[in-house]
Amino acid sequence: MSIAVIDYGAGNVASVERALQKLGVTPERITGPEELPGASAIILPGVGHYAAIIRALDTQNLRTPLLESLSRGTPFLGICLGLQALFASSEEAPLLAGLGLFSGAVRALPPTVKLPHMGWNRLRILNPSPLLEKISDADYFYFAHTFAARTTAETSAATCDYGEPFTAVLQRANVFATQFHPEKSGAAGARILQNFLRLAA
Amino acid sequence: MSLARRIIPCLDTDGARVVKGVNFVGLRDAGDPAKLAARYDAEGADELIVLDIAASRDRRPTFLETIRQVAAVLAIPLTAGGGIRSLEEARSVVRAGADKITVNTAAVERNELISELSAEFGAQAVVLAIDAKLQKSAAGLCWDVRVRGGRDSANLDALQWAQRAVELGAGEILLTSMDRDGTQAGFDIALTSSISGKVSVPVIASGGAKTPEHFAQVFSEGAADAALAASIFHDGAQSIRSLKQFLAAKGLEVRFPC
Repeated sequence: MSIAVIDYGAGNVASVERALQKLGVTPERITGPEELPGASAIILPGVGHYAAIIRALDTQNLRTPLLESLSRGTPFLGICLGLQALFASSEEAPLLAGLGLFSGAVRALPPTVKLPHMGWNRLRILNPSPLLEKISDADYFYFAHTFAARTTAETSAATCDYGEPFTAVLQRANVFATQFHPEKSGAAGARILQNFLRLAA
Repeated sequence: MSLARRIIPCLDTDGARVVKGVNFVGLRDAGDPAKLAARYDAEGADELIVLDIAASRDRRPTFLETIRQVAAVLAIPLTAGGGIRSLEEARSVVRAGADKITVNTAAVERNELISELSAEFGAQAVVLAIDAKLQKSAAGLCWDVRVRGGRDSANLDALQWAQRAVELGAGEILLTSMDRDGTQAGFDIALTSSISGKVSVPVIASGGAKTPEHFAQVFSEGAADAALAASIFHDGAQSIRSLKQFLAAKGLEVRFPC
């Protein structure tokens, strides 16, 4: 099993690697398109600005091979910006085209709450997902973001409520993503990563 | 369902060892950073802050090694800072394993540092630390911003500085009461509520914590989003788990690790 972690220069790549190593897996850090087709699973961690991840995916020539791997059925886990990048666009950088795997724009959370949404919050689980095995509405996960994807009945496996409900866990077929940081979410986060690794095995 | 109030232990280090003191002076050794970090993570700390209070250039490699060791044992977010003056220094701290960077004096001296860090790492990774000291004023309560470890006045109003920093891209305010720090007399509720009510980002209250009641107060009356303490946790005088049980019994939302 070779787990590819896409490194576009985001700060949390090393955290994700450490979290996987604690689960007994040594991932491969990927910066270009060559290694993607051989990966048995792909993780796209992200943190920071939407423009940075989208520009990096293009300058590192990862956009097309990544979409090809996803359509071939390779298990994929996007984290934080790695979830937002899957959508068509984001209010944070309106002129850039996202990966477009999911329709619609990522939007800012409402200004009625303190932003960024920073800290530990719970999920409302809508649909059973292999990523959410042994996870319940009582578990807390670490969020650190200002923008979020709206929820849809088909693709939101779980939502979170902060100012308004938004997609906390996204799933369609082999494509999974979390708005929170499983690599920073203690034991509950480790269970999410473990569940993903099981899918990749 | 809402966001849990965070409990954040702080490790003040001289680069390599955790130290503690009263009102920023009289430091003594309080333990190994990685050992304390692992204990706090297991006890249910929501985040950890590691500060280099010596912040001297020649000790910087030691501090980066401390960050690496702490990050390696944590499964919760890590904020690090102390003497960060440039984007390049912040990068080395992030590369060593910090999720967020905290800046203080250098941001007062050169405000653009905040926007540079925010553009590079995102606002969620930029924590502005403010050391505030009460000033008698005819206009009512106001707090002066102190820099260089609390020694000098920045001649800035804490509230105005907090608001300016948020405009520049700070994603969080770490607000320390210089009047309460090390006294164990409780958080400065007036300071915390006056800043927290007027900025759009989360505020971490710091300085003066001793009892669980102090934490309950700063959350309910001070409108703090998170509360930080150091010595009461290092001593073992207060366990994080029993503190959270106290807060939960008061109806405050807190996270219990499972």
